[in-house]
Amino acid sequence: MTKVTMTVNGKAVSGDVEGRTLLSSFLREDQGLTGTHVGCDTSQCGACVVHVDGAAVKACTMLAAEADGANVDTIEGQSNADGSLNVIQQAFQDHHGLQCGFCTPGMVMSAAALLKDNPKPSETEVREYLEGNICRCTGYHNIVKAIMAASGQDVTAIAAE
Amino acid sequence: MPKDTGIGASPVRREDVRFLTGTGEYTDDIVLAKQTYAVFARSTVAHGTIKSIDTSAAEGMPGVLAVFTGEDFVEVGGNPAGWLINSRNGEPMKEPKRPVLAHGKVRHVGDAYAAVIAETIEQARDAVEAIEADIDELPAVVDMNDALSGSNFVHDEIETNQCFDWGWIEDNRDATDNAIKNAHHVTTLELVNNRLVPNAMEPRASIGSYKASTGEYTLHTTSQNPHLTRLLISAFVLGIPENMLTVIAPDVGGGFGSKIYHYGEEALVLAAAKKLGRPVKWTADRTESFLTDAHGRDHVTKIELALDKEGNFLAFRTDTKANVGAYLSNFSTATPTFLHGTLMAGNYTVPLVYVNVKAVFTNTAPVDAYRGAGRPEATYSLERVIDKAARELRMDPIELRRKNFIKPDQYPYASAAGLEYDAGNYDALMDKMEEVADVAGFEARRKQSEANGLMRGFGVNAYIEACGIAPSNLVGVLGSRVGLYDAATVRVNATGNLSVMVGAHSHGQGHETAFPQVVAEMLGIDPAVIDIVHGDTSKIPFGMGTYGSRSLAVCGSAVVRATEKIINKAKKIAGHMLEASDQDITLENGVFSVAGTDKSVTFGEVALKAYIPHEYPLEDIEPGLEETAFYDPANFTYPSGAYACEVEVDPETGKVRVDRMCAVDDFGNVINPMIVTGQVHGGLAQGIGQALVENTSYDENGQLLSASYMDYTMPRADDMPMFHVDHSQGTPCTHNPLGVKGCGEAGAIGSPPTVVNAVIDALQSGGTNVTHIDMPVTPARVWDAMQNAKSEEA
Amino acid sequence: MYNFEVEKPGTLAEATAAMAGEDAQALGGGQTLIPTLKQRLASPAKLVSLSGVAEMQGISKDGDALRIGGATTHGAVAADGNYPALSALAAQIGDPAVRNRGTIGGSLANNDPAACYPAAALGSGATIITTNREIAADDYFQGMFDTALDEGEIVTAVSFPIPQAANYQKFVQPASRFALVGVFLAKYADGIRVAVTGASNEGVFRWAEAEAALGDDFSASALDGLSVPADNMISDLHGPAAYRAHLVKVMTGRAVTAAG
Ligand SMILES: Cc1cc2nc3c(=O)[nH]c(=O)nc-3n(C[C@H](O)[C@H](O)[C@H](O)COP(=O)(O)OP(=O)(O)OC[C@H]3O[C@@H](n4cnc5c(N)ncnc54)[C@H](O)[C@@H]3O)c2cc1C
Ligand code: FES
Ligand code: FES
Repeated sequence: MTKVTMTVNGKAVSGDVEGRTLLSSFLREDQGLTGTHVGCDTSQCGACVVHVDGAAVKACTMLAAEADGANVDTIEGQSNADGSLNVIQQAFQDHHGLQCGFCTPGMVMSAAALLKDNPKPSETEVREYLEGNICRCTGYHNIVKAIMAASGQDVTAIAAE
Repeated sequence: MPKDTGIGASPVRREDVRFLTGTGEYTDDIVLAKQTYAVFARSTVAHGTIKSIDTSAAEGMPGVLAVFTGEDFVEVGGNPAGWLINSRNGEPMKEPKRPVLAHGKVRHVGDAYAAVIAETIEQARDAVEAIEADIDELPAVVDMNDALSGSNFVHDEIETNQCFDWGWIEDNRDATDNAIKNAHHVTTLELVNNRLVPNAMEPRASIGSYKASTGEYTLHTTSQNPHLTRLLISAFVLGIPENMLTVIAPDVGGGFGSKIYHYGEEALVLAAAKKLGRPVKWTADRTESFLTDAHGRDHVTKIELALDKEGNFLAFRTDTKANVGAYLSNFSTATPTFLHGTLMAGNYTVPLVYVNVKAVFTNTAPVDAYRGAGRPEATYSLERVIDKAARELRMDPIELRRKNFIKPDQYPYASAAGLEYDAGNYDALMDKMEEVADVAGFEARRKQSEANGLMRGFGVNAYIEACGIAPSNLVGVLGSRVGLYDAATVRVNATGNLSVMVGAHSHGQGHETAFPQVVAEMLGIDPAVIDIVHGDTSKIPFGMGTYGSRSLAVCGSAVVRATEKIINKAKKIAGHMLEASDQDITLENGVFSVAGTDKSVTFGEVALKAYIPHEYPLEDIEPGLEETAFYDPANFTYPSGAYACEVEVDPETGKVRVDRMCAVDDFGNVINPMIVTGQVHGGLAQGIGQALVENTSYDENGQLLSASYMDYTMPRADDMPMFHVDHSQGTPCTHNPLGVKGCGEAGAIGSPPTVVNAVIDALQSGGTNVTHIDMPVTPARVWDAMQNAKSEEA
Repeated sequence: MYNFEVEKPGTLAEATAAMAGEDAQALGGGQTLIPTLKQRLASPAKLVSLSGVAEMQGISKDGDALRIGGATTHGAVAADGNYPALSALAAQIGDPAVRNRGTIGGSLANNDPAACYPAAALGSGATIITTNREIAADDYFQGMFDTALDEGEIVTAVSFPIPQAANYQKFVQPASRFALVGVFLAKYADGIRVAVTGASNEGVFRWAEAEAALGDDFSASALDGLSVPADNMISDLHGPAAYRAHLVKVMTGRAVTAAG
């Protein structure tokens, strides 16, 4: 067991981990932050995406020990200070960008990373950026629409109710 | 102006907030005090005799609390088939036992033969590796033809690999044969409806717990239908009295059919929890999901369509082999039969249909209902052969369909496959599709693609499906062992807010938002005061759950009936309060009034009176305001639609890209258009996935080659276009109170043939005479088909 | 996963020392190694994390070559513009989250037959710089998952000669999104190099006939008469050998056209 210390959603946390403890396990099991989901074992689904020092990372494919000293942001820390949904979360709700909600934390975290780098992505850029996030429910239409809306673009022309 | 509340409005979903903030509670998120962990030992061979299983080393490993094998479950029951099918010769289907853990033999890769319970999951994994299983590998039965002709049996005791040989409609068999023999033209097509892995993004998980002091069991599990799971465990598998077993399906991350069924892991964690006196948790990893979740489809079909000179359909005849895998999953026998054969008349006035389905056991994962369940298979066969016929007869594919459509004045219409369609207007759907898909603009788009070196094709489809399952009496006659009603309780609390307990389960469908819209509309109150309770057998009356696009049509109808009862009783109370006959009380905008007067009380005042029954006619009216209704549908509902797809094919690589996808559906009345649209989107992606990329591949030894996302292609965002979806052409269902039909599966039913038709059109108009490619239409298959067509010409 | 220790050296010397331990294994970005460990396919006693090794970070121009530290992420290479075709290749590896962790050293050490970087390294005639030596790409790749690296040897940097023109064409395997066939083509003063990944049972290889033909006539039509034998091509559920062989030619043609 080694001790790791990191900042999670702005709060300093620490815990004892084994070498093999994944960041996703540390967050879910040690920190009780179960919003970070695990949907696969081959690092492909993206349900586990969090930010480590500002960069999108698959928490299932990073050792907790490697995140020692890092700044980690998860879905639980995304809301506005007053507890209301942030712009991306709100856009997902407004445009029905989620159904079962399982892929949603990873989608929101990936979307946040995208918009930081590329504040006005095109539809194609959004779709390409989401290559590592699988959703089985939505067909992606409304996720793409929500992300474009969150970036301040007019999405009224995109087909749908 | 669109409404912003009630029926027809699209309020944002209230469940979203917890999902968007990471505070949803899925089964694996739940941590029970003193929880332990189960890991299963699973067969690495597809078929083998279990000679011995030595668990002694595993039992001595650190942290190990118990090890179970098939021996421990010999005395208990098995996981049953929910539907009895009789063969054409009158014999009942073969029903080999499906035990909690494999016993005697392992029958597919992933078949669990032992389980370890330990303090930590890694300790359990270590111990599983220490189990010494002596399994004698047998040749695997993988191919359905081999299974039917050989003498190597998946289940030795039944001495065949054929589960049943079903005919529908038997009385039409000779007439159908004659019609085909004598027809002006017969179009024949052999096709494969590819096996799919449902791939809900949340892997299955279960936690069993047991309270020794009361003998009560609780199962938290990833289920679409907690009551059905309880019923199966209680009545068939473990014999736990229903009143001693609570099944809770909390937030569930998608199902698509795969979480309808009861699985052995659920029984194991309950039995283990009792033995250990501690909760036992199991969570599948994705590989286990691939190996053990019930798969979908897997039909091999020959279909023939007989036509007269004018292009009128005279008969459809199909010959299908349906893979049921190694064991019968709960609805695996209903899917290829009554959910498939009864739809083989499509939207058409064809007079004769005959369907033969042979269900086949193989050493592969069990196959059961997956989004659409039987109807996608029917639609695919029909709509592919119709397209081929149009090409052979040089007719326009839209015109050929229109020519044979049932017309709006023909309802109710008795289809040649035995169903009574209550309402529809297929021409109107086709008209709308032509508009929404901009069919007129296709030729210009084709030229543009050509200029870019790509072949563009247009594909069309018309489908009908049966959902809102199902009338219990009817399905009972057909072999169902369960009823398919649903139930709801509407509880009005003293302070005027409501809890509505529903038997349907939401795992993405938005019930928590849509059901209150119905109740709020009926009562004229703010939906915000209405809360939906689902997924917990201790809180809801009963329910058959969510699948088969039934939630709103069946459970929603129960909600309506229960709400009607509430209104009736509330009117009596209001009548008393207003000193008027309840006959004279009207309810509008949440206010009860005496017709023709200005006397009124609010809904809230009536609720309070019901619970504080002072000055209350206790001799006539019971206190309280809570009503339950069970609703059993009078018929199936029949959503239908017209779809269009445009693809671009790269002639050099064979890669297909879906450029435009249009779905025009008749769902009857629509409660929440936003949610309905979302359901269609999801179905379209799964249908496009089936058509183009999803490939479940077993090798000849029964090893699953596509057992992870490294090899099983999940549709990604960049594989999909934006969709054009319309449901303005609804013809209300005539027999349920909301006039709704169900929208959950349509997209997955209507899209596969549309996409394949478009690919064939692209190849044909690009000058390559390819008439069929099996799904998934991968680049390699397209390229191969083009090569073959070229060499045939040469 | 079996358990292991994690060591996080800050310098190359420390890393080399740590790798000398019994059953020690290098940890780059973990994007291949961690999924492998999850399947319990390996049981190292110790992982030596290279992400903190200062000497292995960063990208620098070194005359006509681009030197990339072995622990540099795909994302960092994608963002660098000095060798545009190489950056474009890095931008096509996996998804953004994978690119934020995965490293060039890890990719080249792993030498997955469907990986992208091996094509770039071989196609550019790069030099693989390790803790012990410098290895020419032509000598480095030794078949599927096999390289010239010795036990404990770390890829500390890779040096890419920058070509006059280059392009990478990747036809993705639709599930994994690795290359079903990837062709990296580079034009140098002394000739053309064409390296193919994803296709062969022997891992990344150079297509000598195409190199010769393109050396005489740098246009897609120069490939017209050529064909790649299917004998040694990979056949799997995503495509038979003949299809892969066909794609090699198509992708090479496209790379020529795109490289201009
Ligand atoms: C979803 C997904 C998609 C991907 N798609 C692609 C793709 O399209 N194309 C592609 O090329 N790759 C792809 N990859 C693989 C990815 O590029 C990996 O990052 C890479 O193959 C390994 O790099 P790593 O730094 O993560 O190494 P690790 O996973 O840490 O290590 C891999 C191996 O290399 C060894 N090693 C690591 N670093 C060094 C070093 N500096 N010196 C010596 N040995 C070392 C390790 O011991 C291990 O054996 C994908 C991965 C994932 C998860
Ligand atoms: S759980 Fe991390 S990518 Fe699937
Ligand atoms: S909302 Fe269910 S997987 Fe995306």
